[in-house]
Amino acid sequence: MPKIKIPKSSPSIDMTPMVDLAFLLVTFFMLAASFRPSEPVTIETASSISDKVIPENNIMVTINSEGKVYFNLTDPEARKEALANMASLYKVTFNDEQIEKFSLMSTFGCTMKELPAYIDLPGDSRKEFKTEGVPLDSLDNQLKNWISYSNLAGLNSGKTAYEEAKKKGLAPDANDFKPKFIIRADGKAVYKKAEKVIDVFRDLNLNNLNFVTSSEFNPNNPN
Amino acid sequence: MAEIAEGGGGGHDKGKKRAKKSSTRVDMTPMVDLAFLLLTFFVLTSTFSKPKVMSLAYPAKINEPIGDAPKLNNGITFLVSKDKIYYYTGEFYPANRPGKNGPTKLTETNFSASSPTGLRKLLANLNSYVLLRKEGMVKKVKAKQMADTTYTRELEALKGKPEALKVLVKTDDKALCKNFIDLIDEVKIAEIGVIAPVPILPEELKLLESELKK
Repeated sequence: MPKIKIPKSSPSIDMTPMVDLAFLLVTFFMLAASFRPSEPVTIETASSISDKVIPENNIMVTINSEGKVYFNLTDPEARKEALANMASLYKVTFNDEQIEKFSLMSTFGCTMKELPAYIDLPGDSRKEFKTEGVPLDSLDNQLKNWISYSNLAGLNSGKTAYEEAKKKGLAPDANDFKPKFIIRADGKAVYKKAEKVIDVFRDLNLNNLNFVTSSEFNPNNPN
Repeated sequence: MAEIAEGGGGGHDKGKKRAKKSSTRVDMTPMVDLAFLLLTFFVLTSTFSKPKVMSLAYPAKINEPIGDAPKLNNGITFLVSKDKIYYYTGEFYPANRPGKNGPTKLTETNFSASSPTGLRKLLANLNSYVLLRKEGMVKKVKAKQMADTTYTRELEALKGKPEALKVLVKTDDKALCKNFIDLIDEVKIAEIGVIAPVPILPEELKLLESELKK
């Protein structure tokens, strides 16, 4: 009887293709991903059929489910300028490190007095910061000042960006460089609170507002 | 495991040392582990779908007090409370000065898209003037008899016509943001161009409260 030869095979598999694939995916996700900035609040917005993507350059007011108001501005340069103006208005001093940190921060919800201490906190403990949100009552309307200074600063930096785009020979739309106003309200927040914020915007004659929503099936445009 | 075997160096010794036969393979397990760890991290932390926004243009605030509210022809007023919504059409007539058909009565509706008493059906019925014409235009666009830029322009014009429905939104203290957004959303689905969130009148609030107690 001829002996059946059992082929001597190594128990290890060639993993090269798998590694290739894994690194390909890693590279893809690294390049394609935009990071979710850590935010001090979690918001569950209501849904709508709107498919308009949130504008890049925006001034955002967040209202959480308890009705606390938070403020955010995306443009780092405009943030610095707005902070400088707010600091001189409310006589709060910030050192250079704090200004730098503030320009890279995301949403915040505290009074001008609390702000230096809030900025000094490390990122993940900002969530636990006890605060009543940005005040917006008639006697101490810090939100209004934040919005108006941020809008001015945003318009200024938008103008330079517009001029630069023009120099490059593009045909930019000046409107794209203006900051847009966004209200992000938790679905469970009482509407009166949102109305107060809307009124602050309208008092400043900023009437084109955008509400952040999650998307939902559109019966008019099903594709 | 992950050893890279020394290459056969020093094979020229007198004592006839045999060069070790070693595999040229590197163990890749730790690298794969790391790659998948990174992959998982990026998959979980990245956001792809940016949040969407719904625009709403408010009228400019006028400082001078306006006299009587302008006559509202072909309008519907929604009174919103927490997860409840009521409406009346046309002008508001309080109990002490009733109109032709007596004082205004509120009708309840809901945020459902499919229910026969729901908002979507209600608005589709009331705004049929715009919706029917829009449908006709969509057909024309599909048959290439109309340019889509013309379509957008005509649709905007259509929304502003006197026959098109106008919506007033009034909320009480308990209404939630979700209710408001849902309502505006339904109004936009029904292609209504004029949406005005306005403060609630004391008489309307009273009527709404009595309706809520039922």
